[in-house]
Amino acid sequence: MASVTYNHVWKRYGDVEVLKDVQLEINDKEFLVLVGPSGCGKSTALRCLAGLEEITEGEILIGDRVVNDVSPKDRDIAMVFQSYALYPHMTVFDNMAFGLKLRKMPKADIEKRVNEAAASLGLERLLHRKPRELSGGQRQRVALGRAIVRNPQVFLLDEPLSNLDAKLRVQTRSEISKLHQRLQTTFIYVTHDQVEAMTMADRIAVMYKGIVQQLDTPQNLYNSPKNLFVAGFIGSPSMNFFNAKIRTDGDNVFVDHPAFSVQIPDSRKEVYRSMNGKDVVFGIRPENIHNPEFAPPGIVKAAIQAKVDVTELMGNEIFVYCIAGNTQFVARVDPRSNYTVGQTIDLVFDMTNFHIFDLSTDAENPEAVR
Amino acid sequence: MAAKTKSYEAQKRMGQFFVNLVLVIIALIFFVPIFGIFITSFRQSETIFNSGWWEFFPHRSWKEVAELKLPEGQNTSDVMTFTLDDGTEFKGDYQTLKSGVAVGNYRGVYHGAKRTKTLKVYERRWKGFDLNLTLENYENVLSGKKITYKGEDGSLLTRNGSDLGKSFLNSLTVTIPATIIPILIAAFAAYGFAWLNFRGRKLMFTVVVALLVVPLQIAIVPVLQDLTAMKLTGKFLGIWLSHTGFGLPLAIYLLFNYISTIPRDILESAFIDGASNFTVFTQLILPLSVPSIASFTIFQFLWVWNDYLVALVTLGGGKNEVVTQTLANMVGTKGNDWHLLTSGAFVSMVIPMIVFLALQRYFVRGMMAGSVKG
Repeated sequence: MASVTYNHVWKRYGDVEVLKDVQLEINDKEFLVLVGPSGCGKSTALRCLAGLEEITEGEILIGDRVVNDVSPKDRDIAMVFQSYALYPHMTVFDNMAFGLKLRKMPKADIEKRVNEAAASLGLERLLHRKPRELSGGQRQRVALGRAIVRNPQVFLLDEPLSNLDAKLRVQTRSEISKLHQRLQTTFIYVTHDQVEAMTMADRIAVMYKGIVQQLDTPQNLYNSPKNLFVAGFIGSPSMNFFNAKIRTDGDNVFVDHPAFSVQIPDSRKEVYRSMNGKDVVFGIRPENIHNPEFAPPGIVKAAIQAKVDVTELMGNEIFVYCIAGNTQFVARVDPRSNYTVGQTIDLVFDMTNFHIFDLSTDAENPEAVR
Repeated sequence: MAAKTKSYEAQKRMGQFFVNLVLVIIALIFFVPIFGIFITSFRQSETIFNSGWWEFFPHRSWKEVAELKLPEGQNTSDVMTFTLDDGTEFKGDYQTLKSGVAVGNYRGVYHGAKRTKTLKVYERRWKGFDLNLTLENYENVLSGKKITYKGEDGSLLTRNGSDLGKSFLNSLTVTIPATIIPILIAAFAAYGFAWLNFRGRKLMFTVVVALLVVPLQIAIVPVLQDLTAMKLTGKFLGIWLSHTGFGLPLAIYLLFNYISTIPRDILESAFIDGASNFTVFTQLILPLSVPSIASFTIFQFLWVWNDYLVALVTLGGGKNEVVTQTLANMVGTKGNDWHLLTSGAFVSMVIPMIVFLALQRYFVRGMMAGSVKG
């Protein structure tokens, strides 16, 4: 059990910068998820921690120890790979015992630990099988078991669920969460799936282009994304963006879009007053757009009109893909709504829940302006 | 639609039929001579000189059943009539009878000159398997002592034995280390080329692969000079080193192709589990490369076993002679002794056949090594 610290870590392959000044402080016993689109450097960050890649600059600490020059086997970590990486010619037992044997642990202890781990993962009956005789889910559990028996300070999981089918993925997701609670160890989990990240993490680090865009709890990431990328990445369907302009009119502040103009409520308008005339991106999540008939009470409404493009009935809600001006957006509205394609409809924005991003700052990593 | 499918099926079946036909013909072309050698190697030397190996099988042949004397009162210069017990008559003048007269199942041939006044009668009869077989040929070919056997005319011949038994042991002594040494070196090298990062890795690998194109015949003279300088000519160590050198490029290339397809994750997982490069090599790479190692074992074993040139140049003749050399010498000294040549050929074939049959399931897979994953 230990904390993990990335201290200004850079990783370069020639001219290509894969990790750019990564700074992360991961607490002891925390479940941290690194999430981002493919190629964002999240796996590289994990592999650097595992010692499979050398870092170009900066330092990585496990506990208080700088591990830059420590070989993987001495870092006291265990890693679960996307492909499970089981040893194909060994039985499940030998797979799990391999690391212990190499550490010259007495045979009786090895047996005890492997059997315990196997029991906790429901693998007792499979100990004498070879990996090729196991299903995907079972292989996945063997890979977890192999990590557990080592009793490491830090667990590293590199997209461990992406080779499972959808149903098994949901099930294993909760198993990993339970495992984390039981083991009380630091988990670092890499995934490209924001749903996995949201459901499992204590904290999430969203990465994009080698930069940690935001490190925060799932709730905070969802409610206050720091920039456009995080806002668009977290949430499904993702947040709607409108290119707009801030306009002050006397005491009031408005967001102007070619198709609508909405007023920022009094509680938040002071923040944006200084941005008069600036080009901004106005963001609002699909669930904050309502059908006026069924809009919940207590929200600050701003009415707009849009043309229905496609509707998708999900049962408990309807996804309405609309067009306002030249901007396409999605609204999650009450299933009692009755829309037909091509119809122009009235919708309301819930103006207690919106985001505004300043375009004048760096487009790749725009500062949040809220 | 159905008709179309049917005709497609029929075409496919026809295609398969022709493919199989061609395969059967090719197999026969190879099998028949080998089988002939096999039969010959068990036949008596005398029989071999007088008949072909196929006469081992049941067949109809002319068998002498009677010898008829010319009845009194007939003149050899006229038309003669010989009568068999069952009344069959053979008629003709001397010339006709001399070239043979066929009557029914019989055939009468005048024996010798006119004055013998004798007609031999043959009948076409079925003959069973020629079970007059012997293991003596093998005994003789393996032995180094004086051997005796019957020649074409049945007379006893005495020769010096070729001592193939000793050559056989020599061949094993050469082949087994000359197979194992390159595999060991090549497996380490292939692992290094595939998974270790070091300066000049690509260049070195390119050089190794480029060595594949160097013909043995060109390298053999410098190699011999080196061996002479090191006083290794005529010794087993010399030929082991030569075969190792000649076999390594292919071995490294084959094993590299296979080892580099082992998923990186598995090795990385082992490193995290606490394995060193050496542990990874012995516990993961070697067991996982068994198919490709087996296929190379077959290649190298057969090549070394059948090699004549390298053995001749590095070992020379004498007490360390290998099977191929002894066989070649036998063709010279005992060129007419088919029973010895055939049994010798078979002795030299036995070990490669055992090796091939034992490892052939890897051979077929091994040829695919690296081309298809999984």
